[in-house]
Amino acid sequence: MKHYDAIVIGGGHNGLVHAAYLARAGRQVLVLERRPVVGGATITEEIYPGYKFLIGSYLISLLRPQVIQELELAKHGLELLPLESTLVPLPNGDYLADWPDHDMTRRELMRHSRRDAETYEEFSLTMRRLSLAMKPLLDLFPPDPTSLAPKDIEQMARIKGVLGNMQRRDFHTLCRLCTMSIADFLDEWFETQPLKAIKCTSGIIGTFMGVRSPGTGYVALHHYLGEIDGVRRSWAFPKGGTGAFAQAIASAARAYGAEIMENAPVHQVLIKHGAACGVVLEDGREFYADRIVSNADAKRTFLQLVPRDQLPGDFLWDIERFRTASPACKVNLALDGLPTFSAVPQGSEQLLRGSIEIAPSVDYLEQAYDDAKYGGWARKPFMDALIPSLLDPGMAPPGQHVMSLFVEYASSEMDWTAEKKAEFLDVVIDTLAEYSPDLKSKIIHKHIMTPRDIQDIIGITSGHIFHGELSLHQLLFLKPSPQWAQYKTPVRHLWMCGSSTHPGGCITGAPGRNAAMELLKDWSA
Amino acid sequence: MMLRLKTTPFHPRTEAIMQANQWRRWGGYSVASAYEMTHDREYLAMRNACALLDVSALYKYEISGPDAHAFLNRLVTRDISQMQPGGMAYTPWCDSQGKVVDDGTICRLDEGTFRLTAADPNYHWLEENTAGFDIHILDVSEDLGTLALQGPCSRDVLAEVFGEAVRELPFYGIIHVENDLQISRTGYSGDLGYEVWVPSGRAVEIWDRLTEAGKRYALQPAGIWALDVARIEAGLIMLDVDYTPANKATTPAQASTPYELGLGWSVHLKKPHFVGKKALAKEKAEGSALTLVGLEIDHQALASEHEKIGLPVPFPFVPWREIVPIFNDEGQVGYATCGSWSPTLKKYLALAQVKPGSGEDLKIDIMVDRFRKSFGAKVRKLPFFNPPRKRG
Repeated sequence: MKHYDAIVIGGGHNGLVHAAYLARAGRQVLVLERRPVVGGATITEEIYPGYKFLIGSYLISLLRPQVIQELELAKHGLELLPLESTLVPLPNGDYLADWPDHDMTRRELMRHSRRDAETYEEFSLTMRRLSLAMKPLLDLFPPDPTSLAPKDIEQMARIKGVLGNMQRRDFHTLCRLCTMSIADFLDEWFETQPLKAIKCTSGIIGTFMGVRSPGTGYVALHHYLGEIDGVRRSWAFPKGGTGAFAQAIASAARAYGAEIMENAPVHQVLIKHGAACGVVLEDGREFYADRIVSNADAKRTFLQLVPRDQLPGDFLWDIERFRTASPACKVNLALDGLPTFSAVPQGSEQLLRGSIEIAPSVDYLEQAYDDAKYGGWARKPFMDALIPSLLDPGMAPPGQHVMSLFVEYASSEMDWTAEKKAEFLDVVIDTLAEYSPDLKSKIIHKHIMTPRDIQDIIGITSGHIFHGELSLHQLLFLKPSPQWAQYKTPVRHLWMCGSSTHPGGCITGAPGRNAAMELLKDWSA
Repeated sequence: MMLRLKTTPFHPRTEAIMQANQWRRWGGYSVASAYEMTHDREYLAMRNACALLDVSALYKYEISGPDAHAFLNRLVTRDISQMQPGGMAYTPWCDSQGKVVDDGTICRLDEGTFRLTAADPNYHWLEENTAGFDIHILDVSEDLGTLALQGPCSRDVLAEVFGEAVRELPFYGIIHVENDLQISRTGYSGDLGYEVWVPSGRAVEIWDRLTEAGKRYALQPAGIWALDVARIEAGLIMLDVDYTPANKATTPAQASTPYELGLGWSVHLKKPHFVGKKALAKEKAEGSALTLVGLEIDHQALASEHEKIGLPVPFPFVPWREIVPIFNDEGQVGYATCGSWSPTLKKYLALAQVKPGSGEDLKIDIMVDRFRKSFGAKVRKLPFFNPPRKRG
């Protein structure tokens, strides 16, 4: 029986990135994926023949540029198509658009508010400076400020160096942004409702908080840390969907010698003399390795895959209380032709090539949260829509389209029966149809992934797209548990490399890469 | 409707005379780089006859109210407390660190109304500084078109169109004509010149009257290339080219102070508090990190290096705008920000910011064919070109 250097549980994008880095360093690596296809939530599936659906993630921005370069992902087929614009259709038939061009955006904002048009420039510059300062933290392992270990002290000094370079006023703004609600923060800058609303959405994507919940400011900043080819705050659609991105990493990992096994659900981590030494699959097969690295979320890893008696009680307490309740659904539509939006003036159809946001006002967003927070769903949900087939014609048959809708809020905590699923799908389509009257007549097929579906099909606890809430009490040295925030776990030789670890969710590749760097260092020590 | 770049109120006329589709962006507008195939004649008209330039892309703000005068005097570095109706002044304005936010002109249209021009949007900055002042700010950028008529014949043309009173207008004076127009004796060419401030609705009419009268004076519509040559000869700085405005700088080090930009003469530390005064007083006392200089590049050496290898001399007729390192014998001492051949002075000119005390004999690297070579660049007093008629 082959003995591996490392076994990675879960072929989501961070697991693949992790495996690729270990294999690149000459290690024998085996990736075990539960499903018949790798990618985890980073997948493209032909749910309806001819139409490629983005049933999980749908855009890339925070992906660390080092991952693209070091793993030579372009050579393995990664192509990024930047989104050009953001369109917010409004109920009154007007719209607000963020164009790909500064002059055009300024002119558009002037239509709504002269003051906001100018404040917007200062706001953008401030956010750019804050994200520039914060970005290095993505690639550091989070030091424990209570530890006097040399590596923690060294890392703290590096963080102090990063923050010390900031202008004082920026640092103060950063502290306020991280602790405020995104709505309160934006109230200090802007007066135009749809502008505030659209900026608010960065603070609530993926998180079960409302725009007026403190801490959503940090979530917004998290979404500002991305870049495409050095263009900050830019988002891109990977040609072929995010699934093609996962295939590119898998191809890179294989090229470095990693083995990837699909249809291989792990039943349990095998532990001998207090150290992880292998895994047993649900079909009884066993695989052995020096290190076991879980890309599954923290709850799934420690509450399902590791025997409870192998874990200290306080750690279990932390993991059991790790917040994972999720409000996010994915809806995909196969469309017979391009739907029209009543707010889009003739000649401005290029606006449909970017993000289309159903977020007309701050109150609309907060109300959507209010509806769902007691365990229900938003009667008028917030949506982040995209028509990928306008960017990549391979996503649908010629002349046809697919539409991807990221939808909030619908609670992971409710009882998702088939009827409820269908009912909420209707809520989503009815809401969108208010802005696009011919939408319903063009729908060939519709598909929804509720938080429960994301949990059951993809395997993420509560379907939380970030593997746990991005709230302040679960960040940095507190992620996922105060003493175990540096990719190691209380079980010797068991590591973590998924989004439950620093710096958290989104397609970043950062936890996978950071964990690989730490593990390789640990090996050589 | 498709969102496009804005066009100025003169666009119906400028579009009609555009020969080579040489449009460029300026402040969110499409404006001409040159109307003719090259900008030579447009430049020459500015120095020998008169050139008509559409400078409507400038941002314009009307500031009125009981405290308008005090507000502006606190905003800008220059002491404008003595400005009377009909007066006008050029000045930079700074942030609290003394870094330049923008530069432009202020004129006093009447007892209680002032107009500020700026290269960048400043509405937000003005508003941020209004605390305690009873004023009203109106962004009139799109309500007013502006034509610059620059050159030795500009006075004659204007007198024919608007009457002899124009002839009495002093340097940096402004007068009202025909109820809703103003003419100021200002410009960006360093020559005799005027600017005509026109309600958008009358733009085409004024253009037509000026070009009609101008026929007898070889009036030539001119674009930004021609203006850029002239302003380098005049040693006038440009936002985004010669300096990064404070509110666009990512780090404080990227921004510049008035002293560093050769605008020390416009900083009046003796007037009561103004934005940035403390920092500027400190800089004045301790010295500046950089200073603006005019450079005259050794064009003869440049020519002979080209001739040596059988190449024609490349004259930089269209001004370049980039950061180019400037050296002395000890190493890099600063950087040039723009340069141009001066058809009037027959010299290769550049504007640069260098450390004070770097000496008069500096060096700049220029490509000869495909290889970099060092050439002499002598420090020269600014402006390079300053004809008596400018003020006369």
